[in-house]
Amino acid sequence: MTVAVFFGCAFIAFGPAFSLFIFTIAKDPLRVIILIAGAFFWLLSLLLSSLVWFIATKASNADDTSLQRGLLIFGVIFSVLLQEVFRYGYYRLLRKANEGLAAISEDDASSISVQQMAYVAGLGFGIMSGAFSMINILSDSLGPGTVGIFGDSQYYFITSALMTLALTLLHTFWGVVFFEGCEKRRWWVIGVVVMLHLIVSCLSLMNPLYSGSLPPVYAIMVLMAAWAFFSAGGSLATIKQLCSRGPGQDSVLLSSMR
Amino acid sequence: MNTSDSEEEVCNERTALVQTQSPTLPNYNRDPDMDLPEEVEPKRRHRMAGETSSPGQPTRPASGRESSTETDEEELTLKYGAKHVIMLFVPVTLCMVVVVATIKSVSFYTEKNGQQLIYTPFTEDTPSVGRRLLNSVLNTMIMISVIVVMTCFLVVLYKYRCYRFIHGWLILSSLMLLFWFSFMFLGEVFKTYNVAMDYPTLVMIIWNFGAVGMVCIHWKGPLQLQQAYLIAISALMALIFIKFLPEWSAWVILGAISVYDLIAVLCPKGPLRMLVETAQERNEPIFPALIYSSAMIWMVGMANPPAAAEPSNQDTDEEMLQSERGLLEQEGAGRESPSLRGIGRSYSAEEEFEEDRGIKLGLGDFIFYSVLVGKAAATGGDWNTTLACFVAILIGLCLTLLLLAIFKKALPALPISITFGLIFYFSTDNLVRPFMDSLAAHQFYI
Repeated sequence: MTVAVFFGCAFIAFGPAFSLFIFTIAKDPLRVIILIAGAFFWLLSLLLSSLVWFIATKASNADDTSLQRGLLIFGVIFSVLLQEVFRYGYYRLLRKANEGLAAISEDDASSISVQQMAYVAGLGFGIMSGAFSMINILSDSLGPGTVGIFGDSQYYFITSALMTLALTLLHTFWGVVFFEGCEKRRWWVIGVVVMLHLIVSCLSLMNPLYSGSLPPVYAIMVLMAAWAFFSAGGSLATIKQLCSRGPGQDSVLLSSMR
Repeated sequence: MNTSDSEEEVCNERTALVQTQSPTLPNYNRDPDMDLPEEVEPKRRHRMAGETSSPGQPTRPASGRESSTETDEEELTLKYGAKHVIMLFVPVTLCMVVVVATIKSVSFYTEKNGQQLIYTPFTEDTPSVGRRLLNSVLNTMIMISVIVVMTCFLVVLYKYRCYRFIHGWLILSSLMLLFWFSFMFLGEVFKTYNVAMDYPTLVMIIWNFGAVGMVCIHWKGPLQLQQAYLIAISALMALIFIKFLPEWSAWVILGAISVYDLIAVLCPKGPLRMLVETAQERNEPIFPALIYSSAMIWMVGMANPPAAAEPSNQDTDEEMLQSERGLLEQEGAGRESPSLRGIGRSYSAEEEFEEDRGIKLGLGDFIFYSVLVGKAAATGGDWNTTLACFVAILIGLCLTLLLLAIFKKALPALPISITFGLIFYFSTDNLVRPFMDSLAAHQFYI
């Protein structure tokens, strides 16, 4: 507990997302707006899924713990599906907005590409998802207490932070891949993204058996990172360029990616 | 230097982006005042669009503009739109962060010890739900009628040109905020953190804070300092509301004030609309003490030659409005033309403001947004609710600004944001919170 755990978990969970925000999004107002709207869409999906879960629990017997657990699992799966539906909805909205922006701009090209919007939207989803999962836990970690005093796992905070980090980055990668799939009309891509999201959530159902949930989730995250990288236009050549170029030449690399 | 307030000053290097009020092309080359180097680019566009207004007529370039430049302006509008949205996001976020941080750390503002404002005389301490609801509705009605009366009084005073009275009133209220409420705030913060403080130091701190604040807000000062002070007084006011408004009354008041805002700004006989129209006719700035102004103030000083200053061609109003769509940052030109002031505004319930200096937002909007988020933070220890309300308010503000860019007239800033905020507060508190708590207890992730 205390401040050390608070800062440690906060930086683990939100460090990469925060740096991504500072370095790639904060300077461009349009991206900030897309980010916040993405967070809003995720929030809407959460609201609807909580509504469904709430109704289900109220309609059922509150004392039957296995039933409640079953309903919670149902809630998780329904929420995942709804999040993907809202991601698709956000994609449609962004496409329309993009067309609008392109139509009224001088050179018939909007100032932001679909890939960039995909990245920002994914990050918006990820940040909001991470924040909702982690913030209450973080605020509890500031105060006094002993973790796991009743026999629960001692590693609650750190595993929560690690899981939050994984999910935030996963949302970002899923956003990129999902939008790319929608753009190119490859519906199997969307199916795979949904499947992977379901798999990740179901892996978390194994908690507190952390060895069963965290390593596979991180493996999936690395795979998704590679997939998103190649889907966004990266290639082995660009990786080599990245490694061979010095610090001042990264802007060239960034501009070479669509 | 960017200064606040309403003095005409020379334009700075940013005037390149501003469509100036120069006379038409055949004249401008001969007029050394007009021929500033930064204006070459917009003039090129004029030339490309073709100059159709007659040479000798000192009309605004707007009237001669063709549709191609209007698309440029539309694009300009949206480009500046995103920037202006962020220019408003940042102060609104800052105000909310200050309020939430104070609420979460200083317990004074969440303690209810039975003290209430005189505007909400009915107590909510009754056992029955119906009675409590009735009391809160009555409190709301009293509060709203007080606000309506004050606004109408302000409009009447403005119409009859009692400027001294209004200025005195504003100075008194900002005195109260800057000195008394900040003294209270500082006292509570010291109590919370157990900081020992002596009166002479305290007096010096409060005196400096307050005096500089009065100067910045009512007279002149660096723009960012003025913005900071406006955010500070909005936060202080919001904290007072959070402390002294009873629970249910606060929510009902928030809802009622958005409805009032909608009516007051959009109805033809609404007080705020009349206020703005009066200010438009008289070609005057509305009190800077009540308006947060977000943009850099670059003033088109050269557009003020007395000869060209009076645009009496009201028939070109519409074109002027259209031309100024893209000129959200243009300020100085508004001095001459009443119509130019009509470029998209947002309103608050209590204050009015204009947008010839970029985007402006009334302080009442800041206050009520912060009240909503602060109350969300105060009730219960759930940060998810606070975060949800925060995002909802920002999205509402974004939508309001989008509507502003589309309709280009005064718009109330409260309704959409407060509606979203209220919806998200109640649904997150009652629906999402149990769900997320259960998920966190089992460490399931969605």
